[in-house]
Amino acid sequence: MVSGLTVNERQRALVVLALLAIVGMAMAAFGAMRGDLLQVHGFVVLLFSLVVLAPVLKGYFAPEPPAERLHDYYDDPIKVGIILSMIWAVFGMGVGDWVAWLLAFPDMTFDAAWSSFGRLRPVHTTGVIFGFGGSALIATSFHVMQRTSRARLADQFSPWFVLIGYQLFCILAVSGYLIGITQSKEYAEPEWYADIWLVVVWVVYLLLYLRTLARRKEPHIYVANWYYLAFILVVAILHIVNNLAVPASFAGVKSYSAFSGVQDAMTQWWYGHNAVAFFLTAGFLGMLYYYLPKRAERPIYSYRMSIVGFWGITFFYMWAGSHHLHYTALPDWVQTLGMTFSLMLLIPSWIAAGNALATLNGAWHRVRDDAALRFMMMAAIFYGLSTFEGSFMAIRPVNALSHYTDWTVAHVHAGVLGWDALITFGAFYALVPWLWKRERMYSPVLVEVHFWLALAGTLIYVFAMWNSGIIQGLMWRTYNDSGTLTYSFLDTMIAMHPYYIARAIGGLLFLTGTLIACYNIWMTIRRPAPRAAPAGDTPLPQPGAPLPANPQPAE
Amino acid sequence: MFGTHYRIERKSVVLAVAIMIVASIGGLIEIAPLFTIDETVETDPNMRVYTPLELAGRNIYMREGCYACHSQMIRTLRDEVERYGPYSLAVESKYDHPMLWGSKRTGPDLARVGGKYSDQWHTAHLTNPRDVVPESIMPRYSFLRAAPLQTAHLADDLRALRRVGVPYTDEMIANATADAAAQASPDDDTAGLVKRYGDATQVRTFDGDKDTVTEMDALVAYLQILGKLSSAAHTPPPVQTAQK
Ligand code: HEC
Ligand code: HEM
Ligand code: HEM
Repeated sequence: MVSGLTVNERQRALVVLALLAIVGMAMAAFGAMRGDLLQVHGFVVLLFSLVVLAPVLKGYFAPEPPAERLHDYYDDPIKVGIILSMIWAVFGMGVGDWVAWLLAFPDMTFDAAWSSFGRLRPVHTTGVIFGFGGSALIATSFHVMQRTSRARLADQFSPWFVLIGYQLFCILAVSGYLIGITQSKEYAEPEWYADIWLVVVWVVYLLLYLRTLARRKEPHIYVANWYYLAFILVVAILHIVNNLAVPASFAGVKSYSAFSGVQDAMTQWWYGHNAVAFFLTAGFLGMLYYYLPKRAERPIYSYRMSIVGFWGITFFYMWAGSHHLHYTALPDWVQTLGMTFSLMLLIPSWIAAGNALATLNGAWHRVRDDAALRFMMMAAIFYGLSTFEGSFMAIRPVNALSHYTDWTVAHVHAGVLGWDALITFGAFYALVPWLWKRERMYSPVLVEVHFWLALAGTLIYVFAMWNSGIIQGLMWRTYNDSGTLTYSFLDTMIAMHPYYIARAIGGLLFLTGTLIACYNIWMTIRRPAPRAAPAGDTPLPQPGAPLPANPQPAE
Repeated sequence: MFGTHYRIERKSVVLAVAIMIVASIGGLIEIAPLFTIDETVETDPNMRVYTPLELAGRNIYMREGCYACHSQMIRTLRDEVERYGPYSLAVESKYDHPMLWGSKRTGPDLARVGGKYSDQWHTAHLTNPRDVVPESIMPRYSFLRAAPLQTAHLADDLRALRRVGVPYTDEMIANATADAAAQASPDDDTAGLVKRYGDATQVRTFDGDKDTVTEMDALVAYLQILGKLSSAAHTPPPVQTAQK
């Protein structure tokens, strides 16, 4: 990998890593003086820079890469991104299933602070959303931006900076919760210094994206890129505003949010809901709009539906955050706006999902035979289902029942398992043979097995949580004849037990599927490459030659 | 419309700017007015701030992720009011940076748990919930009792909170560390603490151990104050008109 970098780029890597090591040492020193946990994170940063330094030093004296490399795409960071994403998937889902068992058997853990439910739960959410999902988004965006622009990445250094720098953010986040560093804002738990680091990484990411688009040989920017671009831009806005805070000391980890009470709640859920919208939806729609038509070898069904869907999602989502705060101390007018826009949001959401499904018309035989494509189709269906459910739950009287219960958890995992994880696996099953130049995955049978395990796991999980959520919500509001509440809180908690076990089993199936995917990907990589590159991936046009006849899957 | 788009999608920067504008509108219209419309937060001149010990307890509550299972927001629904007490008002979390309203009730709401149980109950419950409530699925927090509370830098915390709008006085900031120790040590001189934070300040050995101020002291002190910083929610008529 390092031998693919020019000497100049290797030097740049050394400089950045040296700076990072110095920052790490400074954090450790200041933290130690104050007796603060910042010390630990200083060492984490230092260690991280040393670990990355090792391969850079090892490849440092390799000869310069040949100039011909510039006539091809730059895929090394994508390959590493896929592997990192799968590692996070196993880690994050493993912790998720552990946490799931803890809700059934609370003592299935160590008698130590780091292993208690409250610290592990954000490890799960961050591990899967940011670790698994984020790495997958970065990796696939590098692939999609090059293929749809028919241009090589703008340079070779920044993609590594983005991918590896992002890993540091995730590691700081996850290790922080375990040792007790958190802002406690859901999905924005990392403290101020990690947040600042993410801003740096993100700015480089945006610039890389725009610079690569500027080199494109296609006059039009393909719809998948609109979604990736929205993902990068809006996540930046959300992240910066929601994380505005004043550190208690620059030598300490603790900071206090700039907002309080009701304003903080609204800002947090404006962030939280749109993290769902632009991280867990827009980015993955970018994946869906590239890999599904590509794999089905059909153009996107409708250009106009792409446009309406995209701008509808970009506009409506940002109003919907207040549906997380129905019947709370948030003023009524904001709740009403949130509910109204959540209902309207169903229209562009279904247009986006319908456009993807209609693309499969005429390719259903492929869906039947090709499990990778079936992953993508199933993802589009779950996307449609979870947005329908979301709009329903945003109706105030429905939310009165669903809020605070496992119904929310059911909705969440219909979205993240059925939609985000399935589209990611589908995309990876298409990508891995293309990137490593293999004819196909090592074992198509194992892809098939993974598909059914993932589907069964998701359905068991979601049905268990629908049941528990609705039962608990109803029990909380049941009155007996004398007009008093029938059930104590404890009664309703005990009633959850069987569903928590069922959910944990569903999660185990899903996790098993993920492990099988890791094995399959690993064996595909290890298999020797055929002499001729297999077809499928869009080739880069060579200088002087006409554009190849493989058209973009759209417009 | 589609013709215009056909042109926009050829220019990456125009596309990027358009995305930012379209995406910003909703947030601006919903969030900015919350800072300017006076009725958003009720007024309560008697609202008091967290003492340093309670603040430290609140930080432990966040650190341990109690908010992942417990809400602190009683909605304006009849069954919630009957189960947990008067519905929560915005003013009650006015000094909460950040708020801890929560989104999941694996355990009961805690907005008004202050005073519901004795200190001994809380200490025993946190040490091992199943000693007190056999069916409970709450985690054990026995390590809190063994962990001495870090109080050396509490002044920095109060100062940061003042920067974001909590009315801590210079005197409160100067005495933060001493006040934290005093609140858990009734034998010490607590007159200054009570003068600064009001007569209702609870001064006790919360975890039953007089010698050290532990994280358990801080967390229990925080739990015992929940719902008691302001009495606005209990004063009829409610400041905010009830919703169905
Ligand atoms: C896994 C979810 C979970 C976590 C995390 C959790 N709790 Fe609980 N908590 C519960 C459940 C369930 C109950 C109800 C059963 C019981 O009383 O133990 C409960 C009950 C309580 C009660 C009694 C409330 C009442 O009105 O009866 C208090 C107080 C409490 N928890 C405080 C805490 C604190 C403080 C923390 C963090 C240190 C915490 N809990 C973390 C699940 C949790
Ligand atoms: C093996 C599969 C998984 C299992 C067993 C699992 C389990 C869990 C459990 C037990 C919780 C806590 C629920 C509660 O507090 O009551 C949870 C929460 C959550 N999980 Fe998962 N999970 C899995 C996969 C995923 C994936 C892949 C994602 C995202 C990409 C994800 C995102 C979330 C989110 C966002 C929450 C928070 C929900 C909320 O606050 O309402 N999970 N998960
Ligand atoms: C039209 C689209 C959608 C709407 C209107 C919507 C609406 C909602 C509503 C009403 C809630 C419950 C809030 C509460 O009571 O606390 C919720 C929670 C959630 N939704 Fe959706 N949803 C949509 C799509 C999605 C998708 C596609 C995903 C995932 C990929 C998703 C992920 C989540 C998560 C993670 C939460 C939990 C937040 C938390 O409490 O921690 N949503 N959504």
